[in-house]
Amino acid sequence: MNKQEYTITVYTENQIGLLNRIAIIFSRRKINVESLNTSPSEVEGIHRFTIVIHEMEEVVKKLVRQIEKQVEVLKAYYNNNEELIWQELALYKVSTDEIAEHVKVERLLREHGARAVVIRKDYTVFETTGHREETDKLITVLEPYGLIEFVRSARVAIIKASSGFHEKLREFEALEPSEEVVENEFLDKQDEVFTM
Amino acid sequence: MQSTLSQPQKAALPTKTETISGSKAVLEALIAEGVKTIFGYPGGAIMPIYDALYDYSEKLEHILVRHEQGGIHAAQGFARTSGNVGVVFATSGPGATNLVTGLADAMIDSTPVVAITGQVFAHLLGTDAFQETDVINITTPVTKWNYQVTDAAEIPAVMAKAFYIARSGRPGPVLIDITKNAQLQLFEYEGYKKCDHVRSYRPKPIVRKEYIEQAAALINEAKQPFVIFGQGVILGKAEKEFIQFIEKAGIPSAWTIMGMSAIPTDHPLAVGMLGMHGNYGPNVLTNECDLLIAIGMRFDDRVTGRLDKYAKQAKVIHLDIDPAEIDKNVKATVPVWGDCKDTLPILTSLIEPKVYPQWLQRFRDYEKQEQEQCIQPELHPTTEVLSMGEVINILNELTGGDAIIVTDVGQHQMVACRYANFNQTKSNVTSGGLGTMGFALPAAIGAKYGDPKRTVVAVIGDGGFQMTLQELGTIMQFNVNVKILILNNEFLGMVRQWQQLFHDRRYSFVNITSPDFVQVAKGYRIEGNSIRERKDLRDVLSTMLNHDGAYLLEVMVGKENNVFPMVPQGCSVAEIRLK
Repeated sequence: MNKQEYTITVYTENQIGLLNRIAIIFSRRKINVESLNTSPSEVEGIHRFTIVIHEMEEVVKKLVRQIEKQVEVLKAYYNNNEELIWQELALYKVSTDEIAEHVKVERLLREHGARAVVIRKDYTVFETTGHREETDKLITVLEPYGLIEFVRSARVAIIKASSGFHEKLREFEALEPSEEVVENEFLDKQDEVFTM
Repeated sequence: MQSTLSQPQKAALPTKTETISGSKAVLEALIAEGVKTIFGYPGGAIMPIYDALYDYSEKLEHILVRHEQGGIHAAQGFARTSGNVGVVFATSGPGATNLVTGLADAMIDSTPVVAITGQVFAHLLGTDAFQETDVINITTPVTKWNYQVTDAAEIPAVMAKAFYIARSGRPGPVLIDITKNAQLQLFEYEGYKKCDHVRSYRPKPIVRKEYIEQAAALINEAKQPFVIFGQGVILGKAEKEFIQFIEKAGIPSAWTIMGMSAIPTDHPLAVGMLGMHGNYGPNVLTNECDLLIAIGMRFDDRVTGRLDKYAKQAKVIHLDIDPAEIDKNVKATVPVWGDCKDTLPILTSLIEPKVYPQWLQRFRDYEKQEQEQCIQPELHPTTEVLSMGEVINILNELTGGDAIIVTDVGQHQMVACRYANFNQTKSNVTSGGLGTMGFALPAAIGAKYGDPKRTVVAVIGDGGFQMTLQELGTIMQFNVNVKILILNNEFLGMVRQWQQLFHDRRYSFVNITSPDFVQVAKGYRIEGNSIRERKDLRDVLSTMLNHDGAYLLEVMVGKENNVFPMVPQGCSVAEIRLK
C-alpha cells in the first residue's frame, strides 16, 4: 500500500489539553503532521480538528482509532482527497514600488485569483485561497518581484458526505449541552494573592 | 465563578448546601466512591488536603509510603487484587513526577488508579514557582484522562468523572491535579453525585450480534481451535463466563502473563502460558491451529514473537472492549467488540458442545517434551546450586495455590509465572506491559490491603529489590504482612541471559552486588533469613509463610541459570527453543 494524503476530521469537546492529547498520538509514532487546524464546528460547543498527514491507509485507520479512544473525542473520520472539498489560505507581502513599476504583476495576481488585503506605501499584502499547488504557484510567480513574506494556513476541509453525522451531532448537543471550559482566572492576579 | 461542571448537581432537587473547602470535597468524594485506603506522601502543594485528612482518619486509612513511586505501585497492587480503584496522593513537582513510572505501568496494564496531585497556586502556574511542574502535560501520554482543577466548585464533578473513567470500559489511570488555592477555597457543596456517563466517551462498544454469530459459526466448524486470553477476562470479572465458554466449546486455552489466574492453573483445558518464556505447546501450536480465539488480550510482541510469522494459517476471532485493539497487531477475521462479560455468554449460547481429544493431546505431547527438557531440570535439579523453579515448586506445595504472588521483573518473574499454581482469580500481580523493576515490593503492600485475608508473597530478584527497598519502611510502620522472597543470583539475570545467548557472553554491567538483605530487613525490624542449601528450603519457606507478620527470605540460586523455553527475538513462536 502506498502513502497518500489523508485528512482526519475530529469532533471533540472544547477542553484544555486536548490538542496535546491528539498531537502526541502522531508524535509518539514519529508521524509528521502536514497541517493542523482547530476551529468551532457547525454545532455550538463542539470543536473540530482538521489534520492532514501523508501516510498509508492502514496506519491512518489505526491512528483514527487511537484518536477516537480519547475520552473527550466524539468522533474521528479519515478521508482521501477525492472525498473532500478543501481550501488553504495564503498571504503574500510584496513591495508596493515593485508592483507599481511592473504592470505585469497586477495581471499575474488577477490570473491567480489573488486580491489585495492591504495596500500601503511600502508594501502590499495579497491573499489567495486554493489548493496547495495553486498557492505555491503564486510564490514562484511573485519571487522575481521581491516576495518579502509568505504564509499559508492549515487546510480546512468539508467532507462531501457528512450530512448524516451533522444530524447526529445536532441531536447530541441538544440532548446534552456541552460543559463550559473552566479557565485559570487567577493568572493576572499574582500581586493580590498571598502565597506560602 | 461557578463552574458549569457542577451544573448536573444543581439540576437535582433543591438541597441543603454547606460551605466546605475543596480539600474536604476531595475526601468526601473518596468516601462516596467507596475508597478506604489511600497510599500517599505529603508535601507543600498538597498540604490542605492532608490537613483535611487529619479529621478523616476514622473513615480513610492513609498509608505513608517512602517514595511516590512506591505509592502508585501500591495503588496498582491494591487495584489488581481488590478489583477496585487504587488511590494515590502526591504533592506537586517531584512528587508528581515520581508517579510517572507507575502511571505508565498502570496505563499499559489497564489498571484502574486515581492519582491526586497537589499543584502550586493557580496564579503561579507557568511562573517556574517552587515545586511547579507541568504535570498535566507530562502525564498526558500515560493517563487515560487527566484534568487540572483551579476552582474548588469543580471538584465533586471532576472526582466523579475520574473514578468513572478509571474503572469503566478498558480501565486505566486518571490523574487529577488540584491547585493549592482550589484546595483551600470554600465553596457551596451540594453533595456528591456519582458519574455514570460522559457524553463523548463510550466505555463499551455496542455488541454486534451478527459478528458473534459469525464467530460462533467459525468455532462450530473449526477442527483445531485454540483460545488465548488476557487480563480482559479478569478486568471484566468474566471468569465464570469464560470457563463456561471454554468448557462447552472444549477448546484448549492458554493465558498471557496478565491473564494468568483467571482460570485455575490445573483446569483440564488449561495448556499454559503464551509468549517469549511461555510453554512449549501453546507457542508451537499457535502456528498450527485453524482458529485462534483471542479474548481480552492485545497481541503484545512478547506474546506474538515475529508478527509476520504469527498464526498466518489461522482464522482469528478477537474479542476486546477496546476497538483500537482490533486489527492493531493481528488482523481479525471476525472482530467481536464489547465487554467479554456481555459477549461470552452470547457466544457460548450459539456454539455446539464439543471436545477435541486429539488436538488437546498434541498440547500434552509437547508438554511432555517440555517436562523432560525444561521443567524437570528446573523443578528438581541435579546440580548442587538451587534453582528458582524449585523454590516456586515448594512454595506451591506449601500455599496450595491459594497465595497471591506478586512478581517483579526479570528471570524470577518468568520462572514464578511459569511454575506458580493458582486456584483463584486476581492472584498474579506483575508488571506485564511496562516491565517495571522495583514494582513488586510496593505492589505487594497494596495487594495485601486489596485482599487482606490472603497470603501475599512478593517474589523479587536481587536487582529489582534494590530499586524500591525503601518501602520496607512502609511495611515496618504499618505492620504489613507480606512475605518477601528474594531469589538472588547475584546478577541482573535476564540481561545476563541475553548477553550470554546473543552477545557472546560479554557480561556488560550485569554483575550487581547486594547488601546483606537480612541485615537490611533487620534494620527495619523485619524478620529474615538467607539460605543457599536445598536441605533448608522447605523449612525456611514454611517458617516464612507461618511467621506472624512480614518476613524476608533470601534464597541464593544458581548464578548463571537461564529461563527456558525461549522465543528468541525476531523469531516466530514456532521457533521456541527448549535450550
